[in-house]
Amino acid sequence: MCLGIPGKIIEITDPALLLAIVDVSGVRRQINITCVIDEGMQPADCVGKWVLIHAGFAMARIDEEEARRTLVLMEEIGALQDELASIRNASV
Amino acid sequence: MQFVDEFRNPDIARRLIDDISRVSHRMADRLGRPVQVMEVCGGHTHTIFRYGLAGMLPSSVEFVHGPGCPVCVLPIGRVDDCVAIAHQPGVILATFGDAARVPGSRYSLLEAKAAGADVRIVYSPLDALQLARANPDREVVFFALGFETTMPSTALTVLQARSEGLHNFSLFCNHITIVPTLRSLLDDGQLLIDGFLGPGHVSVIIGCRPYDFIAEQYRKPMVVAGFEPLDILQSLHMVLVQLDESRAQVQNQYARVVSETGNAYALDAVNKVFELRESFEWRGLGDIPHSGVRMRAPFALFDAEQKFRLPGARAAEPQGCQCGDVLRGRIKPAQCTAFGTTCTPQTPIGALMVSSEGACAAHYQYGRVSLIQDVVATH
Repeated sequence: MCLGIPGKIIEITDPALLLAIVDVSGVRRQINITCVIDEGMQPADCVGKWVLIHAGFAMARIDEEEARRTLVLMEEIGALQDELASIRNASV
Repeated sequence: MQFVDEFRNPDIARRLIDDISRVSHRMADRLGRPVQVMEVCGGHTHTIFRYGLAGMLPSSVEFVHGPGCPVCVLPIGRVDDCVAIAHQPGVILATFGDAARVPGSRYSLLEAKAAGADVRIVYSPLDALQLARANPDREVVFFALGFETTMPSTALTVLQARSEGLHNFSLFCNHITIVPTLRSLLDDGQLLIDGFLGPGHVSVIIGCRPYDFIAEQYRKPMVVAGFEPLDILQSLHMVLVQLDESRAQVQNQYARVVSETGNAYALDAVNKVFELRESFEWRGLGDIPHSGVRMRAPFALFDAEQKFRLPGARAAEPQGCQCGDVLRGRIKPAQCTAFGTTCTPQTPIGALMVSSEGACAAHYQYGRVSLIQDVVATH
């Protein structure tokens, strides 16, 4: 829960509510990007960028190398599978 | 792949361990005992066990596993309250999966679900909000817990619910904050901690400045650390060098992700919605002043503690459970009499066995593995 998961923003779905689709190791889901839009930035500027996601909210912009490194680490400690399962299985 | 080499390079690991040995031997001689460094974050605990870092270190330095697993420190009474909410007519109780498994005094949320309560496992509070939109005739309660990593997500979700006028959505708020707990540990006369590895992702939100008191008032080094095995070794080395030079500072080893000031948008949302409680109970540690947050009065409509009558009963820790001693660094997980016998990840008695980030669960899973090979396994 405390380990954020890296994802790549692939589409802005609601520019007003700052909702976007991210790709997390091949799993797609909608997240909120409010906390990573700096003043003067447009939501569309985030497309293609990597972010660290906690419970469906992007909390930091990270570079691609850091994202890949974190994904490898999460896979090795077994956290990636758990996190992806919880994203996939969310009962909504 | 270069990124793997840089953070998994066995030569760098060996050099770091040599440096750590040299400095920690000197320190341990001076102290007359091993140097003890607490990793505050459950994610770090997991990495330390997974890669066997403790086994690679000399006997002159030890990790003490901190209280940084929010699922582990959730008190039994709060689980009981949540189960009571879940059983109210018309309620949909939405929760993170790992929180659903935490045993209450009689039932976990998963057991409540099996007994007929409408418990839904979600990934995000946004999923709970969506449940509220889709079920206007039901009351959707989100079991909110976690440190500052998850606090902004629930705060922003409540702000969204308010702007939509979704009054069938509320939080059962169990968020906790790490800084007062570190202060409480530092005030514990029996605690022998010489320095800290600071939590990586909590610090993404709060930055590094909230830890200044540890260096300034308690004269202990604190290094905010990343999660790679080499991040942890390097951070440990930074703590030891500070100790060796009689310095006490907050340093940021994880600057590639953590800024000095944290995330202003996230902190702003948290401050709008939450305020500190006078006190909050931690499983294994007892009541700690100002260590939990509740919802501010203007958000009473979204506060499950205001909406529902809760039993609010305190429950005693299970018999034979020594989680509190492990959390304070007084004993190692395997020294608990229940460890691996009556208390296992399949049948947890103590909180530290519940979540994979708990020190006991991590020790149970990886404790017997020799890991130097693991660290270099990718080569």
